[in-house]
Amino acid sequence: MSAAIEIEGLEKSFTLHLRGGARLGVLRGLSLSVEAGECLVLQGASGAGKSTILRCIYGNYRPDGGRILVRNGAGTVDVAAASPREILTLRRMALGYVSQFLRVVPRVDAISLVMEPALERGATQAEARERAAALLFRLNIPARLWDLPPATFSGGEQQRINIARGLVAEQPILLLDEPTASLDAENRAAVIELLREARGRGATVIGVFHDREVRDAVATRTLDLAAERAA
Amino acid sequence: MTELPLLRVTGLAKSFGRIRACHGVSLELYPGEVLGIVGESGSGKTTLLRCLSGELAPEQGTVEFRNTDGALEDIHRMSEARRRFLQRTQWGIVHQNPHDGLRMRVSAGGNVGERLMAAGERHYGRIRAEAVAWLDRVELDPARIDDLPLLFSGGMQQRLQIARILVSRPRLVFLDEPTGGLDVSVQARILDMLRRLARDLGLAAVIVTHDLGVARLLTDRLMVMRRGEVVEEGLTDQVLDDPHGPYTQLLVSSVIA
Repeated sequence: MSAAIEIEGLEKSFTLHLRGGARLGVLRGLSLSVEAGECLVLQGASGAGKSTILRCIYGNYRPDGGRILVRNGAGTVDVAAASPREILTLRRMALGYVSQFLRVVPRVDAISLVMEPALERGATQAEARERAAALLFRLNIPARLWDLPPATFSGGEQQRINIARGLVAEQPILLLDEPTASLDAENRAAVIELLREARGRGATVIGVFHDREVRDAVATRTLDLAAERAA
Repeated sequence: MTELPLLRVTGLAKSFGRIRACHGVSLELYPGEVLGIVGESGSGKTTLLRCLSGELAPEQGTVEFRNTDGALEDIHRMSEARRRFLQRTQWGIVHQNPHDGLRMRVSAGGNVGERLMAAGERHYGRIRAEAVAWLDRVELDPARIDDLPLLFSGGMQQRLQIARILVSRPRLVFLDEPTGGLDVSVQARILDMLRRLARDLGLAAVIVTHDLGVARLLTDRLMVMRRGEVVEEGLTDQVLDDPHGPYTQLLVSSVIA
């Protein structure tokens, strides 16, 4: 199999018990395959299920049905059926995820937060620090902020810390949920360049980018979820 | 992934009179894993924790702990002496109220050193050096080693209690609302410290909390309890971001901020 991710018949709905049990169907039998090294951009109106797909792959949302086969080294893991421990291992080794918000333990300084995923994947302190520093530098986070906790950083700075955390461990698959939403042109360009380099080392990317400039620069293929649903 | 569970709990039940405090609870905990138990007061969290840590005998079910020889031992069917030995050396209990976990009229250093002596250490110099190192690790001023915990603030007492437990290098730690009653800045400090220690020492932990923010930052897995039963469980971020049951949805949506 050359696919990095193979999704078959993915079903995901939400039952809102606090709203009288209303059922919100988001994904109905979605199938898609992403080859290693591709950059697939998910498109569609708000509520079409773009983030839901990313969260299902990451094991954050629990699907109602279907399979999500994710390659990890020589094997594959079906995230829809995996145990919590298997999902944690898969995340650590194979999945980098950049969410829209930075959610971290207060009081921990920025560079330590960025180093964390690399350390968990087995990098030494020195390697992790070197990679974290290189990313923070390229993402234009001034060095005087590296030793401060990001709680007081601006929205854009926090988002760049988040991006650095997603890239630092160099996992083979990157899931990006609007990573450039609150960035200015200079930093968007930096992210585009970092994603190109990630793909250069063979990484597979699935992302949601509202920004046309970023989308056009990184996408090797786009998937329109509205069209997918109508079909 | 070939690792074996450190703790295996099967069909645990405990009642107080007609009240079912916990019922039909089963779980496995692996080395290095942090499990959170959440739910409102009276849901059975603390009863479950006390059954797991050997403080309270369940009516049904087993709690098995993997000893250093690799064999599972039922902690409620072993001798009192054996259970106390394991409690002293292999696992630790951090109480919600530091008064339950510390000896208030023994010096801070004495509180930490006592656990080491209980585990067999006899050399005074080494005990004192370890105590100093651990006070420093939990960010207490080592110069206060001879002060009584009575004179410490609540946050300092809680950190001293954690040092007292971790000094003997337990493999499993039970924490009951470890940051309850502390102000927010001290809470963040203790959370960060616990998370770092769990990662650096590879210890497994079971944490009871009603604070979902604490659960999100500290735990890998979550069990949601209601009326003595586990109503939902999974990876912490799954349970908090995609809660399935009505009670879990209510719990998650009730959080302020």
